[in-house]
Amino acid sequence: GAMECAVDAQSLISMSLMKIHSSRTQRGGIKLHKNLLVSYVLRNARQLYIKEKYAEIYRMQQYEEVMAVCSGIQELDPLEPLEPQGAEDAEPEQPYYRSCCMEDQFSQNCNKTTVLDLDTHVVTTVENGFLHQDCCCAAAPQCAPGAAARKRKVDSAACSPDAEEPSDYTAGRKRLKREECSGADCSPDASNISNLISIFGSGFSGLLSRQADLEQVCSKQALASLGAWTRAIVAF
Amino acid sequence: MLSPIQVLCSDITTLSLEPEPFASYTEADIISTVEFNHTGELLATGDKGGRVVIFQREPESKSEPFSQGEYNVYSTFQSHEPEFDYLKSLEIEEKINKIRWLPQQNAAHFLLSTNDKTIKLWKVSERDKRPEGYNLKDEEGRIKDVSTVTSLQVPVLKPMDLMVEVSPRRVFANAHTYHINSISVNSDYETYMSADDLRINLWHLDITDRSFNIVDIKPANMEDLTEVITAAEFHPLHCNLFVYSSSKGTLRLCDMREAALCDKHSKLFEEPEDPSARSFFSEIISSVSDVKFSHSGRYLLTRDYLTAKVWDLNMESKPLETYQVHDYLRSKLCSLYENDCIFDKFECAWNGSDSVIMTGAYNNFFRMFDRNTKRDVTLEASRESSKPRAVLKPRRVCAAGGKRRKDDISVDSLDFTKKILHTAWHPNENIIAIAATNNLYIFQDKLNSEMH
Repeated sequence: GAMECAVDAQSLISMSLMKIHSSRTQRGGIKLHKNLLVSYVLRNARQLYIKEKYAEIYRMQQYEEVMAVCSGIQELDPLEPLEPQGAEDAEPEQPYYRSCCMEDQFSQNCNKTTVLDLDTHVVTTVENGFLHQDCCCAAAPQCAPGAAARKRKVDSAACSPDAEEPSDYTAGRKRLKREECSGADCSPDASNISNLISIFGSGFSGLLSRQADLEQVCSKQALASLGAWTRAIVAF
Repeated sequence: MLSPIQVLCSDITTLSLEPEPFASYTEADIISTVEFNHTGELLATGDKGGRVVIFQREPESKSEPFSQGEYNVYSTFQSHEPEFDYLKSLEIEEKINKIRWLPQQNAAHFLLSTNDKTIKLWKVSERDKRPEGYNLKDEEGRIKDVSTVTSLQVPVLKPMDLMVEVSPRRVFANAHTYHINSISVNSDYETYMSADDLRINLWHLDITDRSFNIVDIKPANMEDLTEVITAAEFHPLHCNLFVYSSSKGTLRLCDMREAALCDKHSKLFEEPEDPSARSFFSEIISSVSDVKFSHSGRYLLTRDYLTAKVWDLNMESKPLETYQVHDYLRSKLCSLYENDCIFDKFECAWNGSDSVIMTGAYNNFFRMFDRNTKRDVTLEASRESSKPRAVLKPRRVCAAGGKRRKDDISVDSLDFTKKILHTAWHPNENIIAIAATNNLYIFQDKLNSEMH
């Protein structure tokens, strides 16, 4: 069968990233062949992971609401201020409605991200990702779509252990934090995110908004990031 | 054909004489390549420490019936040293990736040995005579006082103890950006090729400062990289044809007469993937680790992680035969990925008549498949089972949960650190050389029959 191992996609992702990371210090230089094969496992595991996450969302009670909200998010102009809305009367037709942030500051509906911490080598699913953080800050001039768009751009080139590209992302995020945070509003986890590599953030919201064919989106995302990996691999 | 295999020589340990399990060896002693020469008289091994050891077969003698055709050490030399590329801050390993013999054309023997970046041509010659009776110097080589010379003599050649001299004749360097995985001597005996992950170069044996690039699969944008070259070999008879295998499990046959750059293949051998067998590791286990032409030049033998396949050069759509080497590992791919064993590159070999194929596995097991009778056997290369003259006992691995016979090994007790990656078959006789980590085993068919 397709999944003959008991190992889940998340640990395969973590294992693969560590193999790529440790190959840099191996004697004899980076082995192109091995790293290419590892990147295929990484891609396969990610495809499954995205599928599983999507299925999870699908089963959620507030699925339709989330769909409406997130499709609304994608339509927002990043520079436009948010229109205040009431949390209770969620109407899918309203494109600017944000139920997740209004009803519960730490709602965990639409912003799960899978990350690998290179310091602790722990793979976690981050519940309070930046997407939500931007949502809940009242005077946020940069809304989630802007961040998502920026993040999407950064992510397409930055799924690598290299320091350079994540720093664009973390610089962007730190900027968001400074400008919008009133301290108490922000998730306490946000500060820890600065050394993590986010793999699924933009891909995830992209999925929800487009309602596109899952396989197609997955593979596009996967291939875009696969390229980033091979670029990271070929340092010579 | 698969008559009982007998131990021809005791195992030849390169470092330690201590009995196992206390035997220890350094990583440098791990054998990384094994190759018979064209007559089978010589057998060369290369190791991770950059050394080459050549064994020579003793001629069978009636007076000593017990030393029939045994292999003994003939010569040892350091082929490659570790290097450091200062420009890229990279260490270049001295490990010998491949050795290939040149066909013998005079009294001397020549072989090519390569590490990741540099190929060297070595001359191996014997000296068993030396001149004596010089006029101007004495026996120790000291210059004589001319006034003491009263008569002239002609120096004569006197026999001396056999000395084997090895000297580097050519160094082919700086032609490969990526790691060299194969070398292959052309049947024209003038050229050879070297292949790395993305390129194949053609060399003339006499010219070291120039090589021709004949295959280049490097994409313009490295982010588009999807496959690498894993092995390459010239056709044994047609000097214009060669084959190379890829990490995607494909084989490409190229004709050098068609174009200077053989990026377009003449034939593409590929088996469609079975969608029901798809897993996280499908790409890894389909990567071809070795490709060998049959002696006839009519077939190709390939090895991927779980199988060995025989292809007919006239049929590109699928292999002629597929042999399961250790299919019981299919359910263990996750753990094998974790401990990196899934990246092991097993080689494969034909016997002289192309009727039997051989390849290695784990637990110091190796497998032989008879293409005609469809019988196969699993044998073990270990000290316990390899007393000289002993007959190797066939082994069996029982899948987890399967019916277990006495002496069967269960999959879970296989030792994955004992892997047989390199094997070689004598070109004419049923003699095989098996490299098991730092040990070399040489086995022979008990009946010592000629190929059939």
